[in-house]
Amino acid sequence: MKKNWLSYPYLVWMFLFIFLPLLLVLFYSLTTRTEDGLRFTLAHFQRFMEPIYLRVLFRSVKLALFSTVICLILGYPMAMILAGNGFKRKQVMVFLFVVPMWMNFLLRTYAWMTLLEKTGLINTFLSWLGLPPLNLLYTEEAVVLGMVYNFLPFMVLPIYSVLRKIDKSLIEAAEDLGADGFTVFRKVIFPLSLPGVLSGITMVFMPAVTTFVISRLLGGGQFTLIGNLIEQQFLLVGDWNFGSAISMVMMLVILVSIGVMSKYEKENEGSGLF
Amino acid sequence: MTTTNTGGSAVQQNIIELVDICKDYNGTEALKNINLYIRKNEFLTLLGPSGCGKTTTLRIIGGFEEPTSGDLLFNGVKINDLPPYKRRVNTVFQKYALFPHLNVFENVAFGLKIKKLDKKTIEKKVRNMLTLVNLAGFEEREIDSLSGGQQQRVAIARALVNEPEVLLLDEPLGALDLKLRQEMQIELKNMQKRLGITFVYVTHDQEEALSMSDTVVVMKDGTIQQIGTPIDIYNEPKNAFVADFIGESNIIDGVMLRDYLVQFAGLDFNCVDRGFAEMEPVDVVVRPEDIQVVAEDESKLKGEVKAVTFKGVHYEMLIDSTAFRWKIHSTEMAPVGAKVGLKILPDAIHIMKKVATK
Repeated sequence: MKKNWLSYPYLVWMFLFIFLPLLLVLFYSLTTRTEDGLRFTLAHFQRFMEPIYLRVLFRSVKLALFSTVICLILGYPMAMILAGNGFKRKQVMVFLFVVPMWMNFLLRTYAWMTLLEKTGLINTFLSWLGLPPLNLLYTEEAVVLGMVYNFLPFMVLPIYSVLRKIDKSLIEAAEDLGADGFTVFRKVIFPLSLPGVLSGITMVFMPAVTTFVISRLLGGGQFTLIGNLIEQQFLLVGDWNFGSAISMVMMLVILVSIGVMSKYEKENEGSGLF
Repeated sequence: MTTTNTGGSAVQQNIIELVDICKDYNGTEALKNINLYIRKNEFLTLLGPSGCGKTTTLRIIGGFEEPTSGDLLFNGVKINDLPPYKRRVNTVFQKYALFPHLNVFENVAFGLKIKKLDKKTIEKKVRNMLTLVNLAGFEEREIDSLSGGQQQRVAIARALVNEPEVLLLDEPLGALDLKLRQEMQIELKNMQKRLGITFVYVTHDQEEALSMSDTVVVMKDGTIQQIGTPIDIYNEPKNAFVADFIGESNIIDGVMLRDYLVQFAGLDFNCVDRGFAEMEPVDVVVRPEDIQVVAEDESKLKGEVKAVTFKGVHYEMLIDSTAFRWKIHSTEMAPVGAKVGLKILPDAIHIMKKVATK
């Protein structure tokens, strides 16, 4: 414990690139520039309460929740297969699973665009079959698809690592006490995997609620999410104060959801990510 | 080698029978032709060093492993591939395997809830069982707030509350300290008598096996070496391995000269064994407490004391004769360097057939 100084470079880094910018964002969100100089104001936050912006917040949360639920439904069985003993080609499976993650996130999303386009792979295939083309790209569904595709590993991996650590003798004990396969899952495996599920949910929900790239590429700018809104304020409109206020609101949303999660986790005696 | 129980009266019913059970793990034979009958209400112990197949045998009875060949009968019905949750058998696992996400009450109630008993019955049964294992008042406690001995008792309660016909125990006392272990041995034995449940107990601790069991099954390398009462096993070990494993022994090469006369350590000794071929090489087994240390001129077998260790109740002495180093337990001590005589009475000499060497 005498080697505290080893952490100093990181502390400096944190102060310069995390703490200071956060302070700046907070400062911007609470001030406005007038002819007499800086003035403190809550006007930016009040402005966010207008229905048009609340709708954006609502849509962001809704799409992120959708994606999280789909990731959970797809990811849990996947994690169980990976953690189970019955599966012989586990290594190959994990490899296939990780390969796409080596590719840049943007490229992967662009790849989906070429698949979903009017003249893309799927519609070309449909026209071969003599079917009318579908409107796939620039829909809410496309945005959710992009989120699920990109964030699914973050659901699978924490669940997988928790499942793998469950003591096999607990499963045997449950069987011994009369539990069939499904009851073992319901009463032992699932409750014990909750910490993994919760950190999976957190790790999918957070990036999904804040993304702006996926919604822009696959939503074609029709589905403005809170991330897009912030980007617009900073890069297009140039209203840094309002952009900062939205950022603060978003952080609040995230903090609240983390708080809810960690409270739930404590009740379950779990040890998750936070 | 196959062995079967002997001496059971015809009235007693076999609750579990293992008939010619073999178990292979990827070509390694874990069990070789195990034949074993477990009688109703007996306390049977599978005893042996690690890797002898005792836990595998238990897991086959519990339903966690399927035998490669052979039959497992429960009350006369073959149950080879019956899944564990359908067997009228419950297990106390080696490391207890208590559910960490449930409290003491919920752990014990686990099996009853699955059977969908009504709430009141469950509550009553769980409380009775917790009282039986001296854990009344611990209902709401979390598992990881309990000591090893308490967790142990929760595991026993969790299994017993289902009123199994057979309780399997896989080295349940292994993690406890000596004193607690001895207390729990007595408690377990009492519980078994009171509840009239068949116990199948796995251990590598010979003392534990001898003090608790009605029947001891000594195993080695996937085969049964001997089945018998603790007294039989201790006094009449069938071979040198059993003799060595059950308590300490002096095992020395000998030659059977004729019935009741054996030669070892360069001398002839009267013994009580017969039925060997003339001049047959044998293992001679003598318990350390069966050798008397006498004055040098009182015995033909002489030796020099090389080491003395105080063991509490007795002294352990290592005494070198010309051909062999004897281990002797005695309440009287001879000092290191003393020249002494060793006296072995005929009924202290156990003659064993040589086991074919590998």
